[in-house]
Amino acid sequence: MSTNISIDYITHTFKGADAPTLKDIELKIQPGEKIALIGRSGCGKSTLLHMLAGLLLPSEGCVRIHGHQVSKPSAKWNMMFQKASLYPWMSVRENAELGLVFAGKKDPAKIDYLMSLVGLTDKADANVQSLSGGQQQRVALARSLATSPDLLLLDEPFSALDAFTRSSLQDEVADIVSREDLTMVIVTHDIDEAVAMADRVLIMSANPGRIVGEMAVDLPFPRNRASVEFSRSREQLMNQFESLVGDADLEHSQAETVDTNKTESETTDAQKAA
Amino acid sequence: MSSTSSVTAIDGSAREGGINWSAVYKFSLTAIAYPLMGIAVMVALWWLGGWMIANNPDTSSFADFAPAPAFARLLDLVANGYVLEATIPSLERIGLGLLWAALLGVPVGVAIGLYAVVREVSHVPFQFLRMISPLAWMPIAVLAFETWDGAIVFLIAVAAIWPILFSTAQGVRRIDPLWFKVAKNLGADGSQMLRRIILPAIGQDIFAGVRLAVGVAWIVLVPAEYLGVTSGLGYAINDARDTLEYDTLAAMVVVIGIIGFFLDGICVSMIKRLSWHAEG
Ligand SMILES: Nc1ncnc2c1ncn2[C@@H]1O[C@H](COP(=O)(O)OP(=O)(O)OP(=O)(O)O)[C@@H](O)[C@H]1O
Ligand SMILES: [Mg+2]
Repeated sequence: MSTNISIDYITHTFKGADAPTLKDIELKIQPGEKIALIGRSGCGKSTLLHMLAGLLLPSEGCVRIHGHQVSKPSAKWNMMFQKASLYPWMSVRENAELGLVFAGKKDPAKIDYLMSLVGLTDKADANVQSLSGGQQQRVALARSLATSPDLLLLDEPFSALDAFTRSSLQDEVADIVSREDLTMVIVTHDIDEAVAMADRVLIMSANPGRIVGEMAVDLPFPRNRASVEFSRSREQLMNQFESLVGDADLEHSQAETVDTNKTESETTDAQKAA
Repeated sequence: MSSTSSVTAIDGSAREGGINWSAVYKFSLTAIAYPLMGIAVMVALWWLGGWMIANNPDTSSFADFAPAPAFARLLDLVANGYVLEATIPSLERIGLGLLWAALLGVPVGVAIGLYAVVREVSHVPFQFLRMISPLAWMPIAVLAFETWDGAIVFLIAVAAIWPILFSTAQGVRRIDPLWFKVAKNLGADGSQMLRRIILPAIGQDIFAGVRLAVGVAWIVLVPAEYLGVTSGLGYAINDARDTLEYDTLAAMVVVIGIIGFFLDGICVSMIKRLSWHAEG
């Protein structure tokens, strides 16, 4: 079953930091929505996602799922990371089943189904270290889905994969999310990924992290990356992103900040824009 | 190590059909010839030492130390059950000492690895205690324990706990933080986190600590068995010295070395079994 989420004026200051990382974030997510969160490195996307997962509590404000305040992690809202983080002493199957084992509800039939859903039936008994990066992320996806979550939180889950694997996994995950009637929030650096997977793209800016704009992507699934509509959405999002957070960044580079972090994020973005 | 590589080599040759002579050659070299050469050098040096002792009028009464009388005596002692009789109590003491060391060292090591506060509070006392020679505890052990056996087990445990504790702590600190995050997210409670994530993740580190612990425990065992007890390998050595049976003494030294070697082999195979690192 899907879930409505509301983020009520979250502000977060990390211990020891003098300025807030997130400020006054307010957001409502409808059941079944696919949200992409884009923004420069360090603007607080992962921090916000951790709060949705209950892995981090905001210093002010709260996250509500179904009207209930999120105060701790739960297998009902599952997070996937850039690294698959599989447990190497467990087989593919045992990894996927872990959430069910924790809950004391082993369900071999369900794992069989998930293995076929992510296309790993013939690898079910393999050592996870023998899998490719893409296959490992599929195992992580199966593991996240096993506990029947309402909400799937993805923190740049495909950014370590090659372009072909990445785009096919984007389509598969979007498809699974629709079919299983989940709500999804994906954090990404990749405009293409946002347009390929999301109904709604939120743009975050840094210092302090806040949501400065959003754009609906009104294309049917599965999305055709070669279509004119796709290119148009992509361009529109790129322009909107540039106008909302691009300028701020330009000022920084003209001021020649010595902050190495900033310089690094500018280089990656320059590469992306090229 | 050498046995695994040889197995793959033989597998490879079988697939090609026919015997891969270069693999067989390599196997016989690493698994048989090199160890035999090592043993030969060791025995040769021993023989040389024995020869020098025998030819020096001041030391010639110790001539039975030499390899020939020692091995002859060793065969007798194995045959009449003396070796087994001496070995069993020693292994029991080692086993109990290691068990106590692990029962205390692993949980404390896990706590040190997980919690910075525990780590910082325990740092000074543990580094201090660790530096005290286990044998320095002897008088205290004798006072504190009613039986000699209890005192010996205590001395072994005191020696063995540190490598187990520190290796466990180090293993915990090396665990990928994401593994904790994912498990928490999947609904793991504290005991599930310990049983399903932490312990499997550090199994090999625990046994790497046990391996070091076996080494020091085995070293401490012999002098500890000079204490009151009338059984065990240390007692047998002490007894042989008192009765001037130098061939028995040398034979028991060989026994101690061989058993230590096998105990180490058991630890190495446990480390291998619990290791989840991908091959190669
Ligand atoms: N545990 C922490 N303690 C203190 N500061 C932190 C902590 N985690 C993150 N931060 C800071 O908060 C800011 C936002 O970090 P966050 O990881 O959310 O960024 P992000 O948008 O996900 O970046 P990226 O795209 O590089 O992953 C950064 O400036 C970071 O240094
Ligand atoms: Mg991040």
